[in-house]
Amino acid sequence: MSGDNRFMGLIYLSPYILGLMVFTALPFLASLYLSFTNYNLMDAPVFTGLANYIKLFTADRTFRKSLWVTLIYVFTTVPLKLAFALFMAVILNYKLKFINVFRTAYYVPSILGGSIAIAVLWRYIFADVGLVNMGLQLIGFEPVNWFGDPTNALFTITLLRLWQFGSAMVIFLAALQSIDKTLYEAASIDGAGKWTGFVYITLPLITPVIFFNLIMQMVQAFQEFNGPYIITQGGPLKSTYLLPIYIYDEAFKRFDMGYASAIAWVLFVIIMALTLIAFWSSRHWVYYAGDKRG
Amino acid sequence: MTEHILQNTTTARDVETVRARELRRHRINAVLRYALLGGVGLLMLYPLIWLIGASFKTNSEIFANPGFWPEKPTLDGYIAGWKTSTPYTFGTFFLNTLWIVIPKVIGTAISCTAVAYGFARFEFPGKKILFASLIATLLLPNVVTRIPQYLIFRDLGWLDSYLPLWVPSALAGDAFFVFMLVQFLRAIPRDMEEAARVDGANTIQTLIFIVVPLIMPALISVCLFQFMWTMNDFLGPLIYISSVEKYPVSLALKLSIDTTEAFEWNRVLAMSVLSLAPALAVFFLAQKYFIDGISSGGIKG
Repeated sequence: MSGDNRFMGLIYLSPYILGLMVFTALPFLASLYLSFTNYNLMDAPVFTGLANYIKLFTADRTFRKSLWVTLIYVFTTVPLKLAFALFMAVILNYKLKFINVFRTAYYVPSILGGSIAIAVLWRYIFADVGLVNMGLQLIGFEPVNWFGDPTNALFTITLLRLWQFGSAMVIFLAALQSIDKTLYEAASIDGAGKWTGFVYITLPLITPVIFFNLIMQMVQAFQEFNGPYIITQGGPLKSTYLLPIYIYDEAFKRFDMGYASAIAWVLFVIIMALTLIAFWSSRHWVYYAGDKRG
Repeated sequence: MTEHILQNTTTARDVETVRARELRRHRINAVLRYALLGGVGLLMLYPLIWLIGASFKTNSEIFANPGFWPEKPTLDGYIAGWKTSTPYTFGTFFLNTLWIVIPKVIGTAISCTAVAYGFARFEFPGKKILFASLIATLLLPNVVTRIPQYLIFRDLGWLDSYLPLWVPSALAGDAFFVFMLVQFLRAIPRDMEEAARVDGANTIQTLIFIVVPLIMPALISVCLFQFMWTMNDFLGPLIYISSVEKYPVSLALKLSIDTTEAFEWNRVLAMSVLSLAPALAVFFLAQKYFIDGISSGGIKG
C-alpha cells in the first residue's frame, strides 16, 4: 500500500518480535549455556564445560534407558499412527452416508486425548481388573498385566496416542478429497486396479501431507509428557520414563537446571537431526503439484 | 471394439448374472466398510461412554461391571468428588481454569491477528528473516526453552501467578496460529482493503473493519483450538502454579488421584467427566470450525 511508512509492518509485528526475543531466542541460547554449567537455583551457575554431557553419555544409566525408551516409543507410535490414520481416511473417502458422523466420532479423542482426565481414564481401563481386561475375559482371553510388565506398560502409552489418530486422519482425508477423480478413471481405462491406483496415484499425490503429518507427529511424540507422567509415572523399571519426564524431574524436582538443560539439548539435537533428515530426504519422495522434480 | 462384439454374443441371461454379481459385490463392499467404520468407532468411543456410566457407579461396581449402565446409580462420586479433599471445591478449580483460558484466548486472538496482518500485507526490512523465524519457532520443541523461561518468570516475580501462562500467548507466542492466519489472509484478495484505504481509512481501521470480518472463520478456529489446548494444558500449570487455591482443573484432578485414588474411584471418574464436559460441549457446538481449521491450516493434535 503506497504512502505507508515502510516500518508500519514492523509495528504490527512488534508483539511477536518482543516475544521472540524474550521467550524464544533468549531461552534458547540460555539453555545451551546452562547445559555447560552446574546450577541448582540457589547459587550462581558454575561453568563446568562438557561435564554434564560426559556424565550423560558415560555414567548415567537412567539417561541411556530413558533415551532408548523414548526412541522405541517414537519409532513405534508415529508410523503406526500415520498408517492407521491414512487407512481410516481411505475407508472414509467413499460416497457413504453418515461420513460426517464417523469423521466427528473419530476426531473426538484428538480433542480430549491430551487432557489429564483421559490419562486418568487410561489408568482405570488398563488396571488389572479394569475395562480392557474385563473385555478380554468376556471374549475368552487371559487378562493382561498392563502396568506391571515393561513392554505392556509402554504399549498402553502408545495406544493412548494411537487412539488420537483423528487429527492426522482429517488432514489425510482433506488431501484425498482434493484428488482429481478423473485420474483414477483414466488409470482404470488403462487397466489399473484399485491397489495400483492407490500406490501410483493416491500415495504420490498426498506425499506433502504425509510429510507434514510425519514431522508434526514426530516432534510431538518426542515431547510426550502427560500420558506417561499420569498413567505409569515412568515405571515399571523406568520402562515408560520418557526423556521429557526425566528432564522435568531433574529440573523441577531435583533442581539440577544445568544437567536438565543438557538432557534437553540432547533431545533437541535428536529431534532437529531427524527433522533435517526428513526435509533432506523429502526431495526424493515428496511430490508437489507443478514441480517437475517429482 | 472387441468388447462390443463379445458383449453382443453373450446372452441376456449372462448379462443379468454379471450385473447381479456386480451389485452383490458392491453391497458386500458397503456392508464391510460400514462394519469396519462402526466397529472402530465403537472401540474408540466405548472408553468415553463407559467413563460416563462408571461415574454413576458405586466404587465396588466400577471394577466389576464392564457395561455402561450402573446397577445402583448413585451421585456419590459427583457430590463427594466436587467437595475434594482440599478446602476448595471443584467450582474454584473450574473458575481458575476459566481465568487462565479466557485472557489467554483473547490475547492470542488479538496478537496473532495483528502479526499475521503485518506479515501478509506489508513490506518491511527484515521480513524474510522474521518469517523464517516464525517457521523455526513452529518446529522448535518447547522442551529446549522451558527451563530458561522458568528462570525468566522467576526473576520477574511471576511464579505462582497466571502471567507465565498468559503473557507468551499475548505476544503471539503460538507460531502455529500466526502461520495459519497468514496463510488464510494471503488467499484473500486485497481489493476491499485498498478501497477502504482510498476512502481514507488508516491501516488500523482497515484491519478492524475490513480484515477481521474477512478472516473470522480462521480466527474462530484459532480461538477454539487455543481454548481446547489451554483447558487440557497440564505441564504449564504444573511448573508455574504452586498454591492449591490457584490450581486449574488439570492439576486438581492430578491431586485427586494422588489423595483419594486408593479407594474412592468414582469421585475421580466423576470429576474427570466434568472436566471433559466443557471441551466436549464446545467441540460439538463448533465442530465445523475444528475440522475446517485442521484441514486447511494443518494443526497439530
